[in-house]
Amino acid sequence: MEVLYLPEFGQFALILALAMACVQAFLPLIGSFTRQPLWLAYAQPAAWAQFTLLAISFVLLSLSFLFDDFSLAYTAANSNSALPWFYKLSAVWGAHEGSLLLWLLILAGWTFAVSLSRGLPAEVLARVLSVLGFVSVGMLLFVVFTSNPFDRILPRIPVDGADLNPLLQDPGLIFHPPLLYMGYVGFAVTFAFALAALWSGQLDSAWARWSRPWTTSAWAFLTVGIALGSWWAYYELGWGGWWFWDPVENASLMPWLTGTALMHSLAITEKRGVFKSWTLLLAIFTFSLSLVGFFLVRSGVLNSVHAFANDPERGFFLLILLAVTVGASLLVYALRVPNLKARVSYSLLSKDVLLLANNLILVISSIMVLLGTLYPLILDALGSGKISVGPPYFNALFVPLMLLLGVFMGLGPLTDWKQMQWQKLKKKIWLAGVITLVLGFAVLPWVYDGEWHLYVALGLTLVLWIFTTSFRDLWEASRTKKGWLGISRSRLGMFFGHLGAALIVLGVTMVSNYGEERDLRMQIDQPVEVKGYQFTLKKLIHREGPNYIADRAIVEVHNPKGRLINTLTPEKRLYTVRGMPMTQVAIEWGFLKDIYVAMGEELTADAWAMRVHYKPFVRWLWLGALIAALGGVLAITDRRYSSKKAQEQLTAINKGGV
Amino acid sequence: MKRFLLFLPLIVFLLVGIFLYKGLSMDPSARESALIGQPLPEFSLPRLTNPNLLVTREDLMGEVFLLNVWGSWCPSCYDEHEEIVRMAQAGVPIVGLNYKDEPAKAFRYLSQLGNPYTQILVEEDGLRELAFNLGVYGAPETFLIDSEGIVRYHLAGVITPQLVDQVIMPEVQKWQKNR
Repeated sequence: MEVLYLPEFGQFALILALAMACVQAFLPLIGSFTRQPLWLAYAQPAAWAQFTLLAISFVLLSLSFLFDDFSLAYTAANSNSALPWFYKLSAVWGAHEGSLLLWLLILAGWTFAVSLSRGLPAEVLARVLSVLGFVSVGMLLFVVFTSNPFDRILPRIPVDGADLNPLLQDPGLIFHPPLLYMGYVGFAVTFAFALAALWSGQLDSAWARWSRPWTTSAWAFLTVGIALGSWWAYYELGWGGWWFWDPVENASLMPWLTGTALMHSLAITEKRGVFKSWTLLLAIFTFSLSLVGFFLVRSGVLNSVHAFANDPERGFFLLILLAVTVGASLLVYALRVPNLKARVSYSLLSKDVLLLANNLILVISSIMVLLGTLYPLILDALGSGKISVGPPYFNALFVPLMLLLGVFMGLGPLTDWKQMQWQKLKKKIWLAGVITLVLGFAVLPWVYDGEWHLYVALGLTLVLWIFTTSFRDLWEASRTKKGWLGISRSRLGMFFGHLGAALIVLGVTMVSNYGEERDLRMQIDQPVEVKGYQFTLKKLIHREGPNYIADRAIVEVHNPKGRLINTLTPEKRLYTVRGMPMTQVAIEWGFLKDIYVAMGEELTADAWAMRVHYKPFVRWLWLGALIAALGGVLAITDRRYSSKKAQEQLTAINKGGV
Repeated sequence: MKRFLLFLPLIVFLLVGIFLYKGLSMDPSARESALIGQPLPEFSLPRLTNPNLLVTREDLMGEVFLLNVWGSWCPSCYDEHEEIVRMAQAGVPIVGLNYKDEPAKAFRYLSQLGNPYTQILVEEDGLRELAFNLGVYGAPETFLIDSEGIVRYHLAGVITPQLVDQVIMPEVQKWQKNR
């Protein structure tokens, strides 16, 4: 079905949005230099108009997908009339142009949310919106000039579309990009607050307080987004891995690492007023790394399983955009950060210093990931060979850094701000330390298979260390008049955040050390064994889906005791439009282990090559990420940000400031 | 001195930016070819036109030729087909490797677009022979193999008119002369 003119209205809305973004960016800028409140006041309505226009544009593009309007080049390349309706919708962000529009819509959404926030002084708000406006102008120019999703193919309209990439036809992928973008783009808000603070020169702790909930929400979204991506890779790619150190994964990990550092550093700056310039730099870094990641994915400078359409013109435009955004903000930083001599003192053993250590480890990890990702590019540019570093490099550096981070993660919450007596700290941690070392290092590593492994011991020790110290902290927080109910949401948030991290470590430790992967030949009615489990191929069925044909295997799984625990039905699909084969794995999942069966290739009429994985505790990885994100949500809903008293405090600060 | 330190992040970023800029003009897929300078792997594959006849590595030796990996399912193969025909007309022997395809569809493709190949080998989905050993991960991909059977050039992606005129044809002539 062809719907006349809808795309033209969409494109028109996009251009108007660009105009509005210009208003939002430039008028407040001029207003703040000429001290004209009226000009400053343009920021808010412009932000609202931009959001509305982008929403219209996005809805119109979605309608073109729903109505199968293949006169649009983008629809024709990424949809098909046989596609179920929900994949038609998610196909909107299935490729370059549409996902950019989603990126912009989310940026406008965050901007809209910021413009509604209460208690911000008008001038600060106008500056923040102006910075966000500039980001939006850059990206809108990119979309309008190089990546217009509304381009028509006329007059020869294709009869049907080329279908959505089968890899993306999966429920996980409906939600993965929006969540990830909510995270990436959310850091733009913190970035804007930081630049607005530099711009005005008002570097008190107020900006840290304003930025905190935004940073934490963006971080929570990014955490869930990355976890969902990892989960998707696990069951959809059919390789059974959950992290590949692929450039695109690294692109999401880098801002997550610095974002985590930023979240902690904002806490110090707000509570203690120290490390201000460091926190500002982190805010700039985090959003810059989001942009660098965006550039790496879209420009085609690196090869990746996620490769988007590559186009040198786009790459060049993006690089200019990156250079202007990051370069300008770092220049502003260098020029405007005053030589802040903190008047606050702290001793070497204090929460301040431990948090700084955490920050350094996270930033070093992030730089290391960046280096590893860019290494092939740098070597090639220097003309000294074509090498990529791959997982061994990342694992060798990342694992020790995270182990070190875990030690600080346990100590931090139990340490006081400013200064801590070693005797006092010892009193708090000795019990946790003893439990951890005895159980984690000496007892638990034997339990699973009766052998002691160094990496299991280290991993489990760390998990227990974070567990015990976190519970100790919670117990201390409960020793008030109100007891356990008196624990603040932000303290609970930290508890869950750290607990989640411990669960991730647990999952990683178990699955990396005890997991097993086997490639097997399975013949009908001839059982094979992996880790004591028996797999019997019972039947092979040929079936047809809406836009694919599939071979399905019926595999019975018996546990070591000989009882039938499940019948698994993995599939090998051929998506007919693109002629692309896809592996649909079947998983018998549990909290203690996953059993994972994927079809390889047909060997004879009644035998297939199959891949069987045994993955202990792998679910804990994603569960941990969800719990950590939940911690973030708890921290945002802390009464500090909503209660009357806090609002009054803010107003008091505002009156003093501006 | 303190001021200078504050400029450090900017300087580092600009350095990274220079590498990114250089990266833009480089071809990432070229980076992958560890195979250049290596001999073409051994194989034994049926021909599309005559599946009973197996072709091995030795059968192809003796002249410089291009090995083009294609499939009727691959949209970009349609785009580059014209260029392949043009090179074939210029006298370059081109061996096709029909990859993960069905014979019926492959024949339809050739009857619509013409057959520029001197011969076409078939590697079905899942068969781990030539394409697998060459590290092919998609189509189209093109390899230049000299008369000694050494891989001399590799392109992952679409052959464009510029590539033919500026890179592939000069490479072919260079290795033909070296004989």
